Amino acid sequence: MRVVVDFDLCESNAVCMGIAPEIFEVRDDDFLYVLDENPSESMRAKLEESVQRCPKQAISIVED
Amino acid sequence: MSNPVVVVGASLAGMHAARTLRLEGHDGPIVVLDGDSNRPYDRPPLSKQILSGEWDPERIVLAAANEDLGLDMRLGVRATGLSLADRIIETLASDGSTSAITFDGLVIASGAAARRLPGSDGVAGVHVVRTLDDSMALRSELEAGPARVVVIGAGFIGSEVASACRKRGLEVTLVEAMPVPLERILGVEMGAVCGRVHIENGVDLRLGTGVDHLETVTASDGSLRVVGVALTDGTTVPAEVVVIGIGVSVNTGWLDGSGLNLENGVVCDNTLLAAPGVTAAGDIARYPSERFGEMLRVEHWEHAIQGGEAAARRLLAEQRGEPGAIFDPVPWFWSDQYDRKIQLAGRPAPTDNFSVVHGSTEEFRFVTLYGRQGRLVGVLGMNRPRHVIQLRGLLETGASFDDACAKAAEL
Ligand SMILES: Cc1cc2nc3c(=O)[nH]c(=O)nc-3n(C[C@H](O)[C@H](O)[C@H](O)COP(=O)(O)OP(=O)(O)OC[C@H]3O[C@@H](n4cnc5c(N)ncnc54)[C@H](O)[C@@H]3O)c2cc1C
Ligand code: SF4
Repeated sequence: MRVVVDFDLCESNAVCMGIAPEIFEVRDDDFLYVLDENPSESMRAKLEESVQRCPKQAISIVED
Repeated sequence: MSNPVVVVGASLAGMHAARTLRLEGHDGPIVVLDGDSNRPYDRPPLSKQILSGEWDPERIVLAAANEDLGLDMRLGVRATGLSLADRIIETLASDGSTSAITFDGLVIASGAAARRLPGSDGVAGVHVVRTLDDSMALRSELEAGPARVVVIGAGFIGSEVASACRKRGLEVTLVEAMPVPLERILGVEMGAVCGRVHIENGVDLRLGTGVDHLETVTASDGSLRVVGVALTDGTTVPAEVVVIGIGVSVNTGWLDGSGLNLENGVVCDNTLLAAPGVTAAGDIARYPSERFGEMLRVEHWEHAIQGGEAAARRLLAEQRGEPGAIFDPVPWFWSDQYDRKIQLAGRPAPTDNFSVVHGSTEEFRFVTLYGRQGRLVGVLGMNRPRHVIQLRGLLETGASFDDACAKAAEL
């Protein structure tokens, strides 16, 4: 599974980082960085929670 | 089990409840009612991107409304009454037809409605912002380029409306009855910082004054149109458009006489159960929070999602004869004003001690922690989202104020 963030929508509010810091990081430049674009299956629940909680609907999961 | 689970309210809490019911094992019918005929939509953009004209309404349809969940969506259908004993909901559709639905489970997610000023109903030029139709009606008046917009109430929504108007280059007067905006939520000092953001952005901010009455003119057809706002300090501000942002009242009218405990919301237990087979979630739910030692009713976006999910799980647990999980999340919300993002986690009170632990309020880029009896109770940030989200975790674990300050210094 692959994590895709629509950076045109993302507003760097760090909600996803609060849920899955292993995957998402908002740095001091106020931009979101995806640390792991192909997370392991064990991260699925946290990733799905991030998709639901992103106030901008900016995150999606693509199945390879 | 052939009767449906009914969800009243197809907004954030209701759609997440319906989604969770379906995805977590309820395969029977799920009926979702909403008096609003629009496809389920997200509200935060109503006072932000929709009002400023950056987004069109298609952009704010809730994701759950596009998922294939097999929901029986009845939009434009209002719940008008509830009989707990018979487990029946009465409904009224926009075409005037009525029906009665017998249910096995019920999620009450009918949210809240914007409060209006007495005497403002039906006066042209006077607006509230709660529904998509509200926001689009105001937007079309703003597009006409009114000479001045008066916003009544400098809470979060009023502040966002002022910001959206300034983005359009309109002159704005923001009227607040308290001497400091958001004082009851953020305290005097931090509220004053939020007030300064408006002034920096060219808003005419009038504090410590209420509205005496709206000045109106009568058109030839007898209808009224607002032309100004008379304030209790004796001044009058001319206005072509007035927006009222003085808070909400909960949509519990249809539950009157149902036997549910209604007290500024639907009173639930600590698992969001309001009666056997009946749960409530989102802006309408009031529940005992052990974390904060009081009954809480929270009007935040994320909390409505969490509540919707929890209310669904509560019904599923009841169906399976399992105990319900305790619902006690840390409230968190954001507000976008001008180029600033304000985020608040927890429930600070004006009497709490506080400390700016990062950045500076002069630069409008900072983090403030609130403490009560040595405990961390709130995290406020302006344009520091990462810090707020990271420190929010400390509220969840019940950290002391001193430990939180130390942790903040490391970020
Ligand atoms: C303009 C605006 C901006 C906001 N911005 C932010 C923000 O930036 N950050 C943040 O954290 N929160 C924000 N919020 C708050 C957040 O949107 C709410 O907390 C959230 O919408 C609550 O969801 P809910 O489903 O509980 O209730 P609501 O969204 O109020 O939905 C209730 C639904 O029930 C329906 N309904 C009511 N009565 C009946 C009935 N009798 N029968 C059938 N249907 C009925 C209504 O039509 C409505 O669709 C904002 C709210 C508004 C209005
Ligand atoms: S939650 Fe969404 S908007 Fe916020 S930082 Fe993550 S992707 Fe961006």
